[in-house]
Amino acid sequence: MSVLVYVENIQGQFKKSAFEVVSYAKAIADQLNTNLVALSIGQTSTDELSNLGKYGASKVLNVGSLNAFDSQAYASIIAEASQKEGADVVVMANSFSGKGLSPRVAVKLKAGLVAGAVELPQIAGGKFSVKKTAYSGKAFAQVSLSSAVKVIALNANAYQVKDGGSAASVADFQAANAVSKVKVKEVVRATDKISLPEAELVVSAGRGMKGPENWNLVENLADALGAATACSKPVSDAGWRPHEEHVGQTGIAVSPNLYIAIGISGAIQHLAGVSSSKTIVVINKDPEAPFFKVADYGIVGDAMEVLPKLTEAVKAYKGQS
Amino acid sequence: MKILVCISNVPDTTTKITFTSNNTEFNTAGVQYILNPYDEIALSRAIELCEGGKGTVTVINVGEASTEPTIRKALAIGADDAVRINAAPRDAYFVAYQIAEYAKEQGFDMILAGRESIDHNGAQVPAMIAEFLDIPSISVIKKLDFDGSTATINREIEGGKEVVEVSAPFVASCAEGVAEWKIPNMRGIMSARTKPLQVIEAKNIDQLSAVEVYETPAPRSAVKMVDAADMTGLVNLLHTEAKVI
Repeated sequence: MSVLVYVENIQGQFKKSAFEVVSYAKAIADQLNTNLVALSIGQTSTDELSNLGKYGASKVLNVGSLNAFDSQAYASIIAEASQKEGADVVVMANSFSGKGLSPRVAVKLKAGLVAGAVELPQIAGGKFSVKKTAYSGKAFAQVSLSSAVKVIALNANAYQVKDGGSAASVADFQAANAVSKVKVKEVVRATDKISLPEAELVVSAGRGMKGPENWNLVENLADALGAATACSKPVSDAGWRPHEEHVGQTGIAVSPNLYIAIGISGAIQHLAGVSSSKTIVVINKDPEAPFFKVADYGIVGDAMEVLPKLTEAVKAYKGQS
Repeated sequence: MKILVCISNVPDTTTKITFTSNNTEFNTAGVQYILNPYDEIALSRAIELCEGGKGTVTVINVGEASTEPTIRKALAIGADDAVRINAAPRDAYFVAYQIAEYAKEQGFDMILAGRESIDHNGAQVPAMIAEFLDIPSISVIKKLDFDGSTATINREIEGGKEVVEVSAPFVASCAEGVAEWKIPNMRGIMSARTKPLQVIEAKNIDQLSAVEVYETPAPRSAVKMVDAADMTGLVNLLHTEAKVI
């Protein structure tokens, strides 16, 4: 009996979302009175691996031989490690690659899957259920899993990182024939950008910006805050901004600590994608904009005038602290 | 070339989500159903790849007879034929198994689906089908080209993009960028009525997950208005009251 957590690295480094997943898996291991085994695939330093012990892993398995991501090969390694470790619960991130992995791992292990988990499982009286987002952020569903092995994919920003543990032991894991049938030709890293699904602060803008030429105002505010930039659907449809910045029901769902919406009216489809944000600030010149109804702070004003003032105020605040 | 596109029947994006029977069931009263928008992107690309007699597009749905208007919509957009597995979709594992069982003898070059359905947002079915069939799967793709045997695909990864090559057969889940939505024309709508729609009974498989109860997000407290001239005041509130910066 154990809990196994697959931890994603980006170019050999673990990031905050990885620590969230390990902390979450550790809490489940505590619920089940068992230990947590972490699994990493791809080249990573031993220090980086043993550091996962800080977040609760007692042992870290490392498959250093495979670097390029392929869901089929990775899923077979994760399933194999889970079986060898006798894992009852397998945890991973509900990230872009996690979305390709967790379903395959679940089928391999004939395990029930909750993808998009937002809370710790409820375990009582032989029942095991997990809360997840549903209807594109318009609701939550408590999903019960009846299989012997359970797979959970955790949403970003849904669980607080908890540290305090000590270094974990690191061991090489020899996986059987994990051959990738997918050939990676090219990788483009946007290293200067903050990843939107994981961002803690998001500055998002809509048609109220009047045109792509005014986006420097949005970017200046995002830079001052250290925030990711996002946009509404009409803006990405018009080609002002790339599709990967589109937040909403048919785009990316975000759950940052702070979501600043500028010149976005607040259509129900957009609200679905931002409803789990902790604090929402809405800037709109129309006092009747529906977005104000779900905002924590509202400013009625022209984005072109408000944005530079807000950027200056943020810079002044950052300057003092 | 043969392409299978998995489609699901979901509440329209403007739907206000409510529940009945002590929050255990989705309230379908007055709800309009649509073809899942991401599946529609996958379908559009499949039709483009098969244009000019280069292949055929089959759409498949796991659902009861009530999903047929959505299946006919897919035929109107341009799919050649359709299959409906006659069962209420219980969970992703059930749906993926039914589609894999149908697809395994059919020799499809690729199986496409949307990145996720906008109701359950599991994003599980495409990769599960691939695992049942033991073929590669690529999730959240932004671009898809196919030369008859090998596909070149752009996919999104954490903090960037990746270009991959994969040989047929494979499964891919499509996001915005793969194709533009197509609006069915009159000829498409007329011909959709007579295109073949095969109904197959579902096979038995264990159910591994079930929704116990739904809830809607807690309402937010009333909005606090800040004067547009006082942005220092807003920053102070975000720091001292909301504690987010």
